[in-house]
Parts: sequence; structure tokens; C-alpha cells
Amino acid sequence: MKYLMTTAAVLCASAAWAETPVLKVYTYDSFVSDWGPGPAVEAAFEETCGCDLQFVGAGDGAALLARLKLEGARSEADVVLGLDTNLIAAAKETGLFATHSVTADYTLPVTWADDTFVPFDWGYFAFVHNTDMTPPANFRALADSDLQIAIQDPRSSTPGLGLLMWVKAAYGDEAPAIWADLSDNVLTVTKGWSESYGLFLEGEADMVLSYTTSPAYHLIAEEDASKAAAPFDEGHYMQIEVAGKLASTQVPDLADQFLAFMVTDGFQSIIPTTNWMYPAVTPAGGLPEGFETLITPEKSLLLSPEESASVRDAALDEWLNALAR
Amino acid sequence: MLSVEELIIEQGDFILRADFEIEAGARVAVLGPSGAGKSTLLGAIGGYVPLAKGRVVVNARDVSGAPPDQRDIAMLFQDGNLFPHLTLAQNVGLGLRPALRLTKAETAQVREALARVGLAGFEHRKPGDVSGGQQSRAALARMLIQARPLMLLDEPFSALGPALRSEMLELTSEVARDAGATVIMITHDPKDAERASDQIVFVDAGQAHAPRAVADIMADPPEALRAYLGV
Amino acid sequence: MAQRAGAIGGPVASGAVFVLILAALVAVTSKADWPVRFDASDWAVLRFTVWQAVLSAVLSVAFAIPVARALARRRFAGRGALVTLLGAPFILPVIVAVLGILTVFGRAGWISQTLGNFGLPPISIYGLQGVVLAHVFFNMPLATRLILQGWQAIPAEQYRLVGQLGLPARTVFQTLEWPMLRQVVPGALALIFVICLTSFAVALTLGGGPRATTIELAIYQAFRFDFDLGRAAILSLLQLVVAGTAAALALWILPPLVLQSGLDRPLVRWDARGLTHRLLDAGWIGAAALFLLLPLGAVAVSGAIGLGQMPSSVWAATWTSTWVAVLSTVLLVVMALPVAAWLGQSAKGSAEAITLLGLAASPLMIGTGWFILIYPVANPQSFALPVTAMVNAMMALPFAVRILVPGMRQSFADYGRLSRALGVKGFAMWRIVLLPRIRPRLGFAAGLGAAMSVGDLGVVTLFADPEVATLPLQMYRLMGSYRTEAASGAALLLLALALGLFWVCDNWGRHAER
Repeated sequence: MKYLMTTAAVLCASAAWAETPVLKVYTYDSFVSDWGPGPAVEAAFEETCGCDLQFVGAGDGAALLARLKLEGARSEADVVLGLDTNLIAAAKETGLFATHSVTADYTLPVTWADDTFVPFDWGYFAFVHNTDMTPPANFRALADSDLQIAIQDPRSSTPGLGLLMWVKAAYGDEAPAIWADLSDNVLTVTKGWSESYGLFLEGEADMVLSYTTSPAYHLIAEEDASKAAAPFDEGHYMQIEVAGKLASTQVPDLADQFLAFMVTDGFQSIIPTTNWMYPAVTPAGGLPEGFETLITPEKSLLLSPEESASVRDAALDEWLNALAR
Repeated sequence: MLSVEELIIEQGDFILRADFEIEAGARVAVLGPSGAGKSTLLGAIGGYVPLAKGRVVVNARDVSGAPPDQRDIAMLFQDGNLFPHLTLAQNVGLGLRPALRLTKAETAQVREALARVGLAGFEHRKPGDVSGGQQSRAALARMLIQARPLMLLDEPFSALGPALRSEMLELTSEVARDAGATVIMITHDPKDAERASDQIVFVDAGQAHAPRAVADIMADPPEALRAYLGV
Repeated sequence: MAQRAGAIGGPVASGAVFVLILAALVAVTSKADWPVRFDASDWAVLRFTVWQAVLSAVLSVAFAIPVARALARRRFAGRGALVTLLGAPFILPVIVAVLGILTVFGRAGWISQTLGNFGLPPISIYGLQGVVLAHVFFNMPLATRLILQGWQAIPAEQYRLVGQLGLPARTVFQTLEWPMLRQVVPGALALIFVICLTSFAVALTLGGGPRATTIELAIYQAFRFDFDLGRAAILSLLQLVVAGTAAALALWILPPLVLQSGLDRPLVRWDARGLTHRLLDAGWIGAAALFLLLPLGAVAVSGAIGLGQMPSSVWAATWTSTWVAVLSTVLLVVMALPVAAWLGQSAKGSAEAITLLGLAASPLMIGTGWFILIYPVANPQSFALPVTAMVNAMMALPFAVRILVPGMRQSFADYGRLSRALGVKGFAMWRIVLLPRIRPRLGFAAGLGAAMSVGDLGVVTLFADPEVATLPLQMYRLMGSYRTEAASGAALLLLALALGLFWVCDNWGRHAER
């Protein structure tokens, strides 16, 4: 009897669901965690959409794209959220994405004119250090110093790939020489961001590759002002995180509605203190208190998706050659 | 009762032949020099050693291909006759029920068997906690309860002192009589053979000879046995 | 002989492992583009991978032997706790253990700081030495437990003989211990070699960079950087072949067994009573304890601070991890028992090689392969936890088999004939003879399996369901969102859960009724 009732309850529930359209959004894992933006975004969107927003977490940005490739056109995803500019070219190449018509007054340091992907947040890569030291002013000064840095492997980590692009964008053909000079400053290379950041917090590394926004977390969430990002005068490479609609979606209107919602205050105001990145459109209330203490790079570096895709493999080989010695 | 028909056992270069019969109720000692193949012979009868040729017939039934537990034979080995993690009662109980699910009546039967061999009150002891003689008694209690028509003993008491050993042989005879069983036992000691058996199978040079009455064979031992006995 | 224990279940379970891996490999291959890139740099990766694994395995076992010998010879307060803690490093999530190791051996670690106080330069851990140190930290305790079991399998009667004859330690070693070691050591070496073969995060982090690229990292790169499934499949296959070769080698050099039986008497050691031996043993035990407990202590201290900051979702994850561990332990036991019984009766260990493949298979390859297989018929997300439990069980299988086989072999050698004489067979054989005989080993194996399952991040990340996370996944999520202290708390909780489950099983085994 009990089973019958349970079955009945499940059936009723799914019947009720069937009336509400479902929007499936694939994203990276930390977006959907309890302390990520996911829960608040879900609540805010469901208030107005009359739908059921379901986030599906899959590793990080690169794992997300790999999963999409595995699923192909039969993917259940309606929207993919969390790719970055380094992955856009490969993502477009799959032919799985549809164009969008979202427009917004982006507060990005670069102009955005991609017809497939909508940006939702961005940040600068930077080396984070403790405020009790004077950081180097650029990669050359870093290479000349005795400082030990923890970085991430570009083969397994998004920021790791970002650093590769950073050096490439700043130094072009000189990048191999920079890496060669840096090699004795690289304490170690880790699989992911968490490991490096852990090493830094443990005191193993003097600086860690992270984001200019990282000190904001310590300041706002922990009231700890001892962390800062080092401004580099050759400029900082940007990471712009984007979302796109899949061509195979059964609910294209709802997907468009979500992408449009993404660049409104309802979504954007959640980003700074959950994803610890800059919102793509600064909300009306401005940035949370504490963000004004962050460094603002003089120069923003960013390779276009096409450039990034074309230099990627060569840059990796240069990096491997310099550090594997 | 038991007939061993044109038996040939091959183990590498070693070949043992046997062809004889044993009557019901007989008590047979197997004598012979070390390495002559006494244990091999008993192993073949018991079902532990494969036969190259020939048959083993127990009570008119050919058991040559049967597994050890389906030959109407109970056997005690030189060592390892008890499971050390089971109590003496459990070890004996296995003789009745290999799955050890005993009825009340069977449990009582186990207790009786243990009492019969002088182990009343030892039901819950484990082999490691009792003496060697007591271990032998427990193994005999299991033979008693197994009530198989043929009992094979591969020197299970060789580790015991002479007094204890003859006590055990005495007990074995009693157990066999109670169960109405035929006994074949390996021994090194002609005195044991004379004391506890009526017939002797002499094994030597790859041949197990047919049994002869103890008195007969001792009165006129063949050449090889003479050498073995040192007379 | 038709009803040999494990005669059907053994090949079936080993075959299942084989099929599980093969299916994943075929699934990945089916999506591949050919031809596949494979060049000189891959051989360099292979060389490094094998070299660090060989060094790690040899050193782990070399240190484990004197420690196990000392533990076998001595009785002291806290010995039981120490033996339990030996299981701890092995089940720690990689990142937690690495941070623990660095707290002690790192550039800013305790040792370097102490050296600094005397004006000495810090020790350098990053490089091959760091990789090997970490692998020894992970695996030496495991090797110690395996070898300790070998020592405990030498019957008490033989030590009694040793005591009676007053044999010196040297002779004891030659006559009793060396033959045992020749039995136990090759298997332990093969096992640890295979574990280290698939190392990735440890090797990279402590190896100091891309110099320390292992095959597993190359597989990772093929999957996510290049999305070259053919290359991923080839590299996975290479890893399997190397592991299989190592396993076959080790099993091939195992000498034939000479087994002795005893009467389960409590072990009293009469040898090595001299002061030198006592001091030497104390030294080994002390050194091993320090080497293991200092990093564990560092983990515990930083975790204790973070316990209060853990969000409630960590408790939900703890519950999830617990039942995944229980499920995977049940699966493990169901697979391991017949395999071990089967191997325990056969002279050749070829099936054990198959179980080692389960460990050598890249989790990423298995996960991706099964994702490809499940996807067309069902939502992989709803299979996340069962697949995780299954893969965890498969990973633990070689350990369980390695632990159980010697016990099975001994049981069959000692009691096979008696069981046949009494007609004890089938299920009764398991219940009356085998399970009681191998209970201590079964407890250890199940405990290790449960603990490994708790600590393993495994394939769950690929299938991750935001609603149901395991404890290690939740810990990584905390860490990935700056919540380092809460993550340390979760790590401590994880350690406690893993050790708790390990203790429950191991204790059940060690307290076999006597």
C-alpha cells in the first residue's frame, strides 16, 4: 500500500512537472554548489519564468565542453553556461549552438559582439600575494626575483591555460624566453586552482596564479585584508565567462528568456559575492563594498577566440619545453 | 567388504600396485618401510589420490570415481583432523551434518560421542586449548558418529607417547566395534600391529601384498618384511 | 571436484572487471578520430611514469619490511591504534594528503623552519624526491599491513621451535621470514607499482611541474585539452599494458608455496630479545609512526579549526558517502571472495593480473566510457552513485584479492582434505571453513575497501548531480570556492569517517572468536 502511494505521488509530481516547462542549464560544478550563484539564480529566474530551472554541474569549463561533445545533438541541455573565451572557438566548431539576440550595456573592458555567446561575468588573471611583501611589477621582474609561484597546468586547468595566453598576449614570440626565465620561480604546477591556492594559503608559495578579485573574498567573507593581487604593467589577461543556447533545445523561447535575464540586475547582482568575479553588466546598486579596494589593471589583454585557438597548441609546447627542462 | 582390484597408482616415477580383498569387520594393519607407499595406498582407497588403473569397491559398490565423502569411508590423517576455529562439538558434529545444522537429537548424539571417548564437558573447547591426546579422542568421536563401514587411519596417533598411543588404539578398536566397522590403519610399530589388528598388508617395492593373518606372517615373515623388522 | 569454492564466481567476477574496462575502452574508441598522435614525447612520459612508480614501489616495500617485522615482534600500548592508523594515509584525498605532507616537508614546512632556525637552507621537496616521498607516505603503510599479515601467518608453532632452539634473528630470517617475504613481497610491489602508475595530481604537484608528467595526466589532457578520444584510448591502453606486464612479472616470480599449518595458538615471540634488536625495532616503529602521524596530525589540526565552519551540506554529503561506501564494500566482498577462493586453489595467478587492471584503468577513461554507454539509454546522472560504488569496488578489488588469497590458499592447503573427507562443500564450505579462517583478512579487506570508497573522488565528478554529492566532492567544491578552512574541516570529517568504517570492519575481523 505504502509503495502504491509513493508511486502515485511520484506520478502526480511528474504530471505536475509536465505542465511546467523545464529549462536545463549545463554549467561548471562550482556554479551550482550551495555557496555558488546557482541556488540564488534559480530562485530569481523561477519567480518570473513560470518554469523549472534545472542546473546540471559538470566539472569545469573544459569538462563542460567535453561533455557536450560526447552528448552531441541529442543533449538534453538547453543552455550551456560557463565556457570562457579560450573555449569559444572549439564550442562554435561543434555546430551545436544557436545564435542569440541579447543586447546589453556591458561593462566589460572590451567590446562584445559575439552573436553566439552572451557574457555573464569576467575577471583578470593575477598573481595573489600576502600584503607583507612588495610584489614584482611584471613578469620580467618576477623572473629576476627569488619569489616562488604556484601555477596551474594548462592541460588540466582553466586559469592555467589563461596564464599561457597571458604570457603569449603580452610577449608574443618572446614568450618562450619569458617562460625559460620564469622556470626557476615556478615552485610547482598543480592540477587545478584549488591545489595551488591551498599551497599559497599554507605558505608554501609566495604568490599564486588566481584572479584580481580573489582578495575581495578574503576581505568581504573573512574580513581579512592581508591578501592582494599584484598589478603587472604589461597588462592582465582577461577571462570572460559566457553562456549560449543550444540549437537542439525544445524550449528556444525559454532559453532566450534565460539569456536575457542573465544580463539583468536579478542575475548580475548575485555574481560578485558568489562567483567572486566582476558582473558583465554592473548592477544599478554598483559593486559590493570591498571591490573598490581591488587593483584595476592599466591594460586589458585578451586574444580573440580565433587567435586563442590558433596559438594554443604552440604556446603549450613552448611552456612544456621551458618548464620540462 | 573392500576389494582393491588390479589397482595401479602412478606418481611421477613411483608406481604402486595393489590387488586384494578385505572382509567385513577385519582390523588390518598396513606395514612397510618409509616411502613404500602406505599413505598413497590409503589415499587411493579414500579418494584423495587418483587411480591410473583398477577399481576400489566398497560393499559391492564401485567407488573409484566417487568423491571422498561418498565412499562410505571415514578417514583420519597424520595431522589436521580438526578445524582449529571450531569447538570440539562442532568438529564432531560435522561428521553428522557437513552443513552443521544439527537437530536437538543430533546435538545430544554429539555429546554422547564425546562422552564415549572421555571428553564429557569438553564440548565448547577448541582444539588449540586441549592436549594432543584429547584432540585424537575428538577425532575418534567424529569417526564414531560418522558410523561408516570402513575406517582408514593414516598414523593419526604417531605424535603421541607409547602409553597414550596404545590407549588410542584400544579406543579405536572399541569405536570400530561399536560402529561395526572395518579398520585399516598404517603403523610403523609391529607391536601396534600385533596388538590392534588381525591382519597385515605389507607394502614394499611398489607392491601392496594381500593381507595375511598377523600370527601367520609374524611366524614366517617374507624376506622384505624380515629386513624391515630387523630380525 | 565439481563444486570447488569460487570455481564459477571467481572467473565471473574477474571477467566482469575485464568487461567493465573493455566496454569503457571500446566506447571511448568508438567516438575516436583516427589516426592518433603518438610521438617521442609520449615515450618520455612513459619512462617517467614507470620510473617513479618503480622507485615508489621499491622504497615503500623496502621501508615496510623492517617496520612490519618490528610490529610483528613487539607488543606495546597503542599498537592496535597504530596498526589501524596505518590505513589512514592511503584513503586521504590526494590534495589533503599533499597539503599535510607539505606542512611537514614543504618549503615552509616544519622541517625547513627548524633547519632555518639553525641557519640552514630549507629542504627541497619538489622533484622526483617529492613524488616518491608522497607515494611512500601513501603506500608504505599499506605495504606494512600486507607484510605484517605475512608475518602473522607464520604459525606460532614455528616460533615456539625458534624459541626452543634459541635461534638467532639472522637464522629466523633465513628459515622463516625470508620464504614468507618471497611470497608476499612481489605481490605488494606489483600492487603499489600499479597504484603509482596512475598517479597524476601527486606526481604533478610534488614533481614540480611538467617534468613530472605521467600517463594519467596525458590521458587527462587528451580528454579535455585536445578532446582526442582516440589518443585517450591509446594512452589508457598503454597504461593497462604496463600494469598488466608488471602484474604478470610479479606473479610469475612468485615461488611455489610451501605451507605450514598450526593450531591458531596465540603468537608469542621468543626471538630477537636482545637490547639491540629491541632498540632497532623501536627505532623503526618510531620513525614510521612519525613519518605518518606528523602529516596526519597537520591535517587533523587544520581540520579541527574548520569543523565549525562547515555548511550543513557537508553532513548530507557524509551520509551519501557512507552509503556509497557500504554499497561498494558489499560489491567488493561479493566479487573478492569468489576470486580469492578461485585463485587460492590455482597455482597460477593470471586472474589476479586482471584484478590489477581494475586499478590501472584511468578513472577518467572508465567514467567517460560508461558515460558514452549509458547516455543513449538513460540519464547518466541518475547512475552517478551506483557507477561510483561499482568503480570504487573495482579499484579496491586488487587490494582485497591480494589480502585474501594467501589466507584462502592456506585454508585450502590446511583444511581442503579434511573438508573433502567430511563432505563439507558449497555454501557450508564458505560458512564453516573459509569465512572463519579468513575472517581477519576479510575484515581488513572490507575496511580498506570502505575507506577507499569514502576517500575516492573517482568518477563521480563526471556524472555529478548537484543534489547528491559525495564528501570528497563536497570538500573539493568548498576548496574551489575559497572556503579552505571549511574544506579542511570536511577533510577531517572524511578522514574520521574513512577510519571509522575501516575500524569497524578491521575490528570485526581481528576479533574473530577464538
